[in-house]
Amino acid sequence: MAAREWRRVQEESENIWVKCSGCQEILFRKDAERRLFVCPKCNTHMRLTVDQRLLMIVDRGSFVERDAVLSSADALGFRDRKPYTARLAEARGKTGRAEAVVCGVATILDQPVALGIFDFAFLGGSMGSVVGEKLTRVVEHAIDAQLPVVFFAASGGARMQEGVLSLMQMAKVSMALGRLREVGLPYLCVMTDPTTGGVAASLGMLGDIHIAEPQALIGFAGPRVIEQTIREKLPPGFQRAEFLVEHGMVDLVVERKDLRRTLGQVLSLLRDSVQ
Amino acid sequence: MPTTYLEFEKSFVELDKRLETLRQITIHSEEEQTECDALEAQCRQQEADLYSALSPWQRVQLSRHTDRPYTLDYIEQLCSEFVELHGDRVFGDDPAIVGGLARFRGRPVVVVGHQRGRTTAEKVRRNFGMPRPEGYRKALRLFHMAERFRRPVLAFIDTQGAYPGIDAEERGQAEAIARNIREMSRLRTPIIVVVIGEGGSGGALALGVGDRVLMQENACYSVITPEGCAAILYGERTPERVAWAADALKVTATDLLALQVIDAIIPEPPGGAHRHPEETFPLVGEAIAQQLDALLQLSTDELLAQRYTKFRRMGEAVIVAPTEDPRAEIASA
Ligand SMILES: [Zn+2]
Repeated sequence: MAAREWRRVQEESENIWVKCSGCQEILFRKDAERRLFVCPKCNTHMRLTVDQRLLMIVDRGSFVERDAVLSSADALGFRDRKPYTARLAEARGKTGRAEAVVCGVATILDQPVALGIFDFAFLGGSMGSVVGEKLTRVVEHAIDAQLPVVFFAASGGARMQEGVLSLMQMAKVSMALGRLREVGLPYLCVMTDPTTGGVAASLGMLGDIHIAEPQALIGFAGPRVIEQTIREKLPPGFQRAEFLVEHGMVDLVVERKDLRRTLGQVLSLLRDSVQ
Repeated sequence: MPTTYLEFEKSFVELDKRLETLRQITIHSEEEQTECDALEAQCRQQEADLYSALSPWQRVQLSRHTDRPYTLDYIEQLCSEFVELHGDRVFGDDPAIVGGLARFRGRPVVVVGHQRGRTTAEKVRRNFGMPRPEGYRKALRLFHMAERFRRPVLAFIDTQGAYPGIDAEERGQAEAIARNIREMSRLRTPIIVVVIGEGGSGGALALGVGDRVLMQENACYSVITPEGCAAILYGERTPERVAWAADALKVTATDLLALQVIDAIIPEPPGGAHRHPEETFPLVGEAIAQQLDALLQLSTDELLAQRYTKFRRMGEAVIVAPTEDPRAEIASA
């Protein structure tokens, strides 16, 4: 009831216009939705909410969320300009989610999968203890239920406000993915804009297959940090999805409109029993 | 005698100089001997007072001190028959990570660690201890070798972080780190990790997943440098902001033990590893030997199960599972 009310508030506040994050073109929200939030002018794949992602990827009505209520406490008593607890409350209000990743099970073109979808709008999709825990739990569930895993990454990296505990989530999730691998289940990672830092350097780059959305920023160090270190401007296209394909780090760059079909196809090629 | 003094260590400059002069005299007069003993006692007292009450930021500075023993110093002092191995068999050899075969108290082991340099030329050659992907891939090669030949791994952590450069990104820095973390977490041989200096983010963790993670008293371990944290949150790296970040991030050995990220703190002699390296080596050696003995009692399956549980529980204290949907609280606000 309360959650439903909140959603109504969100809908009312939504603008009927959307501005392309790439070329600043103004689009009708309805048109943008029809185009899966891909700009018709510059092909920028704009960032999506988890609901939008689910809508375009999973079979209708098949998604069952897991561990939706897990949320973070403030273990370090972290307070910069604002207390961490206030930042969390704000992010919850903005996204309607308890944390920066949504996990669950669903089917994609009738292929059952365990899913994890990052929400960049929630503190930059940063991975704290709860994000690490939810991803680990869904991988462990996949091992028990014999499901392939598909993660959609959208994150700036580890969550600074949880200090070294957030760093350790890289180990926790990678460890679970290591076990998944040992039992012979596939893991596909879809890297969307941006996938950087501790998320790229753990679950991001551990897929059997790496798929990226066009132009997505993918890398370990952020472009600004690199520029400061080497005191040079970075070449155009550096750390973009196409650059990663060129350097052998990503298998496929897939347009959003083709993503669901590609995932379904790859899953069936990996999972169908041999006749 | 230390070669450099940090701001808060300045009170030792004169004291150390006087002591050094006295020590160089081979035969002391009775007067000189008395002065020497008194100065020595004063020095020890001053060390005990100063180094037991450091701020987190002061400890971070100590963890980077160029007089602290580095990985190769520990290997030389704690191991025998070290054979350094080079190259990742893919691209090159990264001097920011060293590793090879050695004997620790008679037992063959594989040793790996970040390596900084002391002289300017050496610092540049070792890229200030900031590895590129080929460094991590060399380490991985050695980890797999350790597994195949059933040798325990000793890993030493001492880096500000993985190198943020164009070439490192092109060759897959993120992939190299991720793979190391996953492979270490499932490696079928005991791994002991010792944080001997600065544990900087993913670049440290890529050598840092083990059955036991030990940390020296004046080492630090963090998701981001205090300087980086201050720059992101406040857009400035003033001394006050950086000191604040070092405190807020909880980066000292005591903090990490309380957060259950490390298993034990290895004490340093009063005055720290950088002032008394010769007293430091046996403390580290003893700590490793104790943990190794315990780990060698376990079967490989037990070892892996315990390692999984150990990391599986990290961050537990931060996770709240409310009985009510937290979104309800958002709506009512
Ligand atoms: Zn556009």
